Amino acid sequence: MKRILINITTALGLVFYATSALSDGTATLRQGTPITSEAEAPPITKEENTDVKRVRNYPEQPPTIPHQVRDYQITLNANKCLSCHARTRTGESQAPMVSVTHYMDRDNQVLATVSPRRYFCNQCHVTQVSARPLVENEFIDVEDLIKGEQ
Amino acid sequence: MAPFKKIFCLIAGLWSRANRPAKHLSIGFLTIGGFVAGVMFWGGFNTALEVTNTEEFCVSCHEMGDNVFAELKTTIHYSNRSGVRASCPDCHVPHNWTDKIARKTQASKEVWGKLFGTIDTREKFQAERRRLAGHEWDRLKANNSLECRNCHSVESMDITVQSPRAATAHQTFLFTGEKTCIDCHKGIAHHLPDMTGVEGWE
Repeated sequence: MKRILINITTALGLVFYATSALSDGTATLRQGTPITSEAEAPPITKEENTDVKRVRNYPEQPPTIPHQVRDYQITLNANKCLSCHARTRTGESQAPMVSVTHYMDRDNQVLATVSPRRYFCNQCHVTQVSARPLVENEFIDVEDLIKGEQ
Repeated sequence: MAPFKKIFCLIAGLWSRANRPAKHLSIGFLTIGGFVAGVMFWGGFNTALEVTNTEEFCVSCHEMGDNVFAELKTTIHYSNRSGVRASCPDCHVPHNWTDKIARKTQASKEVWGKLFGTIDTREKFQAERRRLAGHEWDRLKANNSLECRNCHSVESMDITVQSPRAATAHQTFLFTGEKTCIDCHKGIAHHLPDMTGVEGWE
């Protein structure tokens, strides 16, 4: 009997918490759409395909991909990105070479080919879309921060 | 030797009969009848050829349906903004009649493969993938990517609406004839095999 009472109280508490969280305007992924109805999907945005490099927000940031990569295979068998960006391919493709860090193993030994731990390009490098950010971004570039202090 | 002799006798008998002038049939019947029969044979032959040249026919074998066709479905040649679809024969069977017959004759080897289950499991298929893909790359290389060019012609390609890198690549390598479509566009419709040792791949 005691256990049932505890369970009921917990359940009621959760329901109360959830409803109050929703009603006090807390942002949710559902954007306030009632749980019983399906929200309209946002339109799919276009992938950037300008081939113009974006400025990195900080020196170690993996550069973004300024072109479409639909159906580019990065598998155990093949890596489409490397057929332009690998060291030996850049002469023909004139694409930027993957940085030397990608040829290093974890002991900083430079290998002849891209290190297996850096093989899957889109783990770090991503394409950009023309979507509006879902949340406000308050990131400040370190250069602006320094300038601001001076 | 006896069976050979029997067969020889049969062929000789058939030939001597075929070589004799018709005894009861009129020349009109033979000419018109021959013409009608010819039309029916030719029509039937072409219809049968067209039936084997459809996506439906290709994927009726699970080897194609479960492997290469399943892979095609996510690519731009299956689904795209303009609603044009390239199905199996558009790329894999030459459209020109003579080349088509040559390819279809070659494909009898594939019937053999089907009968003996050369690639009847995913594992067997994966193991043969490099060799099979190689056949297609060689074919497209030899005919200057003809099946690509049946739709994508250099003359109607407007590079000003391409991305800068695509425009540069096409100007440098395609328009000069230095490379053909398949040299750069491998794996656009199916998963790639192990690309070790393939030119242009790391």
